[in-house]
Amino acid sequence: MSTTYTPPVLERPMPVPTPLTRPFWDALTEHKIRIQYSPSVGEYIFYPRPLAPGTLADDLEWREISGAGSLYTYTISTRPVAPHFANEGTLVLAVVQWDEGPKFSTELINVAAEDIQVGMRLKPVYCDYPEAGITMLRYEPES
Amino acid sequence: MGLRGEAAILGYFELPPERKLTREKTFNLEQWARLSKAALDDAGLDASDVNGIVTPQIGEADMFVPSTITEYLGIDANFAEIVDLGGAGSAAAVWRAAAAVELGLCDAVLVTFPGTHDVPTHERRPFVMNDKMYFGASSNAYGSPQAEFEIPYGNLGQNGPYGQIAKRYGHEFGYDERAMAKIAVDQRTNACATPGAVFHGKPITIEDVLASPMVADPLHMLEIVMPCQGGAAVVIGSLELAKKSRNRPVWIKGFGERVPYKTPTYAKDLMYSPMVHAADQAFTMAGIDRKDVDMVSIYDCYSITVLMSLEDAGFAEKGKGMQFVNAHDLTFRGDFPMNTAGGQLSFGQAGIAGGMHHVIDGARQIMGRAGEAQVADCNRAFVTGNGGIMSEQTALIFQGE
Repeated sequence: MSTTYTPPVLERPMPVPTPLTRPFWDALTEHKIRIQYSPSVGEYIFYPRPLAPGTLADDLEWREISGAGSLYTYTISTRPVAPHFANEGTLVLAVVQWDEGPKFSTELINVAAEDIQVGMRLKPVYCDYPEAGITMLRYEPES
Repeated sequence: MGLRGEAAILGYFELPPERKLTREKTFNLEQWARLSKAALDDAGLDASDVNGIVTPQIGEADMFVPSTITEYLGIDANFAEIVDLGGAGSAAAVWRAAAAVELGLCDAVLVTFPGTHDVPTHERRPFVMNDKMYFGASSNAYGSPQAEFEIPYGNLGQNGPYGQIAKRYGHEFGYDERAMAKIAVDQRTNACATPGAVFHGKPITIEDVLASPMVADPLHMLEIVMPCQGGAAVVIGSLELAKKSRNRPVWIKGFGERVPYKTPTYAKDLMYSPMVHAADQAFTMAGIDRKDVDMVSIYDCYSITVLMSLEDAGFAEKGKGMQFVNAHDLTFRGDFPMNTAGGQLSFGQAGIAGGMHHVIDGARQIMGRAGEAQVADCNRAFVTGNGGIMSEQTALIFQGE
C-alpha cells in the first residue's frame, strides 16, 4: 500500500478572541486600546483576566489607554519562528512597555534594524484584517 | 523546613545523545523500562527495591501516565508522579523523589526521562504533526493567552524569547559577546574530555562562536542547544539502600524551586530569574556556602541562561556575570568547574532528558566517575534546572559523604 503526503498549508495564526477578552479586540477594531485596571491593586493589567493577578480581587474594569510606550526588549528573527511564518521574512519580535505599566508582546515595523534601541519611544500602528475580523497592534518609532 | 539529606542518588544512566537516531526506534515506554533497568544495574539494586517513580510526559499516554508506567514495569508504587516543568523537570523530579524517600513512602524511586522522540510509526499509525510540534512549548490552544497574545506576533518557541532576554540584559548591564562565547568554548573543552558527547573531539574557539550564524540577535548558533535523541535515568534511594549500592551515594542536601510565569513578556523583572529564590532556598536548606561547592552544573539551553543563572544563584554579582566568566576557567580543570561533561550545548540536549544531563553531571563527579574530566576531590555540586523561558527553575545541592 502506498501513501501520499501532502504538506498542509500553514497560515499565520491570527488571534481568536474569547468572551472575556472581547472588549480588548473590539476596542482595537475602533483603533483604540482598552485594557483592564484594578482599583484595589492600583495597577493596569494585561492580558485580560477575570480576577486581578496577585490578589484575585474581583474589581477589574476596562479603561482606555493611549498605547504610547517604550521598547522594553526585542530580537531580530531572520529565520521563520514556525512553518506558519515561512513567508514573513525578518521579524522584529518586540516587547513594549506601555506608559501605564503592563508589557505587550508585538512586532516593530517601519524601522531599520540599526535604528532600534531598547528604551526608544514607540507609538501604536493599527493593522486591520477585515477577513479575520481582527485588528492587530504593532508598533513603530514615535517620530 | 527541608530535606535531612538522607536520600541519595545511587545510580544513573545516560544515553550518549545523537543528532540523528542510529539506534533502534523505541517508544517512550520501552525507553522508560530500559533506561530504568540500566540505572538500577548501575546502582547495584533490584527492580523489587523500587516503589516509586517520577516521570515527565510520555508519547504513549496523555493522561494516567504514572500508572501506565508502573503497569508496564510491573512496579507497585507508593508514590508516582508526573512533573511538567520542562527543562526544570529532571531537577524537580529528583527532589520530589528524595522527599518521598525521606517521608518513608519509598525505598527507591526511579526518575527516568526518555529523550528519544523519534519513535516507531506504522502505515496505519503514521506520524502526525500537531500544534505541539509546530509551536513547541507555546500553547496554541483556544483560550491560551499565548495563542491569543504571543503566537500571532511570532513570539513563540525558544530562540526569540531568549534573544529578547539577552538583548535586555545588554541594555541594562552591558554586553561582552566574547564572554558569552567563552561559555560555549569552555563547555566544548569539557565535551572533548567526555566520550559520548555529540561534540567530543571537536574543540571550538571564541572566533568560531562569533562567526556562527546569528539566530536571534544577539545569540549565535553556537550559543544555542541543538535537539538530540537520548535519554537518562537516576535511582534515588534511602540510607539503607545506600549501604547496598555499589556507588558512592550522592546525598540530596537541599533544593529550591520557583515558578512565577510562563512567557517572559509578563515577568515582573526579566533580569532577575526565579533562580534567585531557588538557589537561596537550596543553599539555606543544605546549610552550605557558595564557596563550598566543588563544581556546578548549570542548565544551558542558551549562553544567556548560564550567565544569568550564575548571577542569580549568587556566584557572580548581578550585572557582572560576563566579568566573572572572563575571570574564571570554567573547564573541568579550571578554578570554577561548570558543566564538566560539556553541558547541553556540547554534550547534547536530548529533549526532556536534557535537564537530567546536569543532574548526572553532578552525580558523576561526586561518584568520581568522570574519567578525564574528573574534578579533583569533588564532594559538593550545585545543579540547576530551567524550564519554559527562564520561567520554571529548580536548584539542587548534592553532597558526597
